[in-house]
Amino acid sequence: MSAIVKLVKDSLDVTTHGTRPYHIWMAFLTFVMLVGMYCYSIQVSEGLQVTGMSDGVSWGLYISNFTFLVGVAAAAVMLVLPTYVLKDMDFAQAVLIGEGLAVAALLMCLAFVIADMGGPARLWHMIPGLGILNFPSSMLAWDMIVLNGYLFINISIPFYILISRYQGKKPNPKIYIPGVIISVFWAVGIHMVTAFLYQGLPSRPFWNNALLGPRFLASAFAAGPALIILVLAIIRRWTKFPITEQTIKKISMIVTVAAQINLIMLFSELFKEFYAPTHHSESAVYLFFGLKGKAALVPWIWTAISMNITATVILTYHKWRNNLTLLYIACGLLFAGIWVEKGFGLIVPGFIPGPYGQITEYLPTQIEVGVTIGIWAMGAFIFTILARVGIKIELGEMKYKK
Amino acid sequence: MENEENKKPVAGREKKDGYHQVFNLEMDRRSALKRFAGGLFSATAAVTTACSVTASDEKKEKSNMDWDEYFKGNYKEMTKDERLATVDRLEKMYTERTGKNVNISEKGEVENTLFGYAFNVSKCQGYMDCVTACVTENNQDRDSEMQYIRIHEIEDGKGFQFNEADDNYYHEVPNEGHFYMGTQCFHCEDAPCTKVCPVEATWQEEDGIVVIDYDWCIGCRYCMAACPYDGRRFNWTQPHVPEEEVNTDQHYLGNRLRKKGVMEKCTFCIQRSREGQNPACVEACPTGARTFGNLLDPNSELRYILENKKVFRLKEDLGTEPKFWYYTD
Repeated sequence: MSAIVKLVKDSLDVTTHGTRPYHIWMAFLTFVMLVGMYCYSIQVSEGLQVTGMSDGVSWGLYISNFTFLVGVAAAAVMLVLPTYVLKDMDFAQAVLIGEGLAVAALLMCLAFVIADMGGPARLWHMIPGLGILNFPSSMLAWDMIVLNGYLFINISIPFYILISRYQGKKPNPKIYIPGVIISVFWAVGIHMVTAFLYQGLPSRPFWNNALLGPRFLASAFAAGPALIILVLAIIRRWTKFPITEQTIKKISMIVTVAAQINLIMLFSELFKEFYAPTHHSESAVYLFFGLKGKAALVPWIWTAISMNITATVILTYHKWRNNLTLLYIACGLLFAGIWVEKGFGLIVPGFIPGPYGQITEYLPTQIEVGVTIGIWAMGAFIFTILARVGIKIELGEMKYKK
Repeated sequence: MENEENKKPVAGREKKDGYHQVFNLEMDRRSALKRFAGGLFSATAAVTTACSVTASDEKKEKSNMDWDEYFKGNYKEMTKDERLATVDRLEKMYTERTGKNVNISEKGEVENTLFGYAFNVSKCQGYMDCVTACVTENNQDRDSEMQYIRIHEIEDGKGFQFNEADDNYYHEVPNEGHFYMGTQCFHCEDAPCTKVCPVEATWQEEDGIVVIDYDWCIGCRYCMAACPYDGRRFNWTQPHVPEEEVNTDQHYLGNRLRKKGVMEKCTFCIQRSREGQNPACVEACPTGARTFGNLLDPNSELRYILENKKVFRLKEDLGTEPKFWYYTD
């Protein structure tokens, strides 16, 4: 018990002391978070009318980011499995980073869901026992359970490993391996359940499609590890934490395969929508070409697709992928491309056209953008703290003293 | 004996929920919960006032009411007594706020009733009297001009092409060469909206009406995404009805005043239909295009229409089984 108290104290010490760039970075994030909180306070007092959402498009930027970040959270598992189970040591350094990223992404997911609620003060209605959770009927109830479960797993495993190292002990595989195996299935689960949230709605033909779940997985396993590569590159540049080129190159293989599968699925979807278009293809027509003169998403989706294709080409060609600069560019493109495509490129067209063909377009307001950026800053803030403590422990710079 | 009857959960489920049902009467746990709730947004003020020694009794009573309101359970799971208590409290709170009285009913289902609706496409001329009557009857937000009913004006010869329809016309009707179709919540037997609600804040009553507990809804809008008929509305901000226009004959599940951040929809005017009256839209329709009735009554006009006209429903392929039929003369 005293080890935990000591760990918290030491962590506080480590996270509040650092170099000038570190302080500037944290101050910047704090400022952005404060702006986000101010925007949110306006939303709470005025209601969701301060957002761009309407009865026509009733989910927007918040739910888009939520959907995308579930994918980022799930991707940590692509590193966890080889390290802990297959004993592939190249990943060992990356895995703690991956799990830290998963925790940050999950907290962002929960924040985005809460930001989207009309009555955040009544959220206790979802707590089983105190309120009513409509399980197993509602997919949102499932999602709440799997996301919180995944958060618990991703906090407890690294915590156990880190606190063992902190005390100079060797973590016992018999304790953490079962957790790791559960987390692998769980990661696939959070993604499928989130896809089912949309996939299970026959009223929205754009989502009501059996490929949605698998496509979520493919894009997640591309965007998530792509972000991990970028983060590792930054850590390599700014800390003494030893991350070999080998590790980054291995992760890039995962990104490559997932990006390729994602493109194949995209083409399959495009074929289905446009070879023999039906009434149900209208959302896709709106997304890719515009409908009745309304075309807000057209430039976004084509930019995203160009980014995806460029990145996939770079990744597929070995010589280019093995050039680290090109690899980082490809990862950045892929991450941004998938953020558009699986974020508002997926959520918004689901509502357009509406049930009776009415076309209401959606444009986020400044307040909505403010809250969104604030939540992203919160994620970066949490991740920075977790990574900083984790790295110090791994490097042996932070040790338990009796 | 009668008291025992009143303690039984009305919806037939034994499960307890909410502050009242879980923590009721146990004062030690109650105070523990107060501390927990101290951090919650809207409860904070109520708690500090309720616990304060200096606040006046009147103020204390008011915060106690706010407190009880905040922690009440889902209406569906309340006992008869709890329902009466919440209705009574809401009436008191309204009087305190405005100095006026409202009458909120908690009348349950009438035995052997399953409500349904038929719409005569040949008769509707697009006057929209139904829309106006609905807004007035159901206390809908005047600022955002919320409407439960939509009237679609479609050109003759186009068939039922809703995507070609004009749902927002401002010209004289009937418009030559056009016909009209009204849509609203269809109170589906297999409703996709009630299935997806994460907190069971919306459900179908025994008489077939799909209702919402406005105080239990958390405002996630999943039901809105799930409804294939555009039947649901969301309060994007605090709804506003001018004091003199408020319809004071209200029902807990019907036209009582709503708040910001919750869903609402057509309830077949539950405050009227459960008293044996027609919904306001049926009453207001000048052409007789709208028929409301009990599907279980073989002598009802509604049953006559279903048995003798060529009726159809919208998007039948989705299997939602709407209780709203269209027909032509």
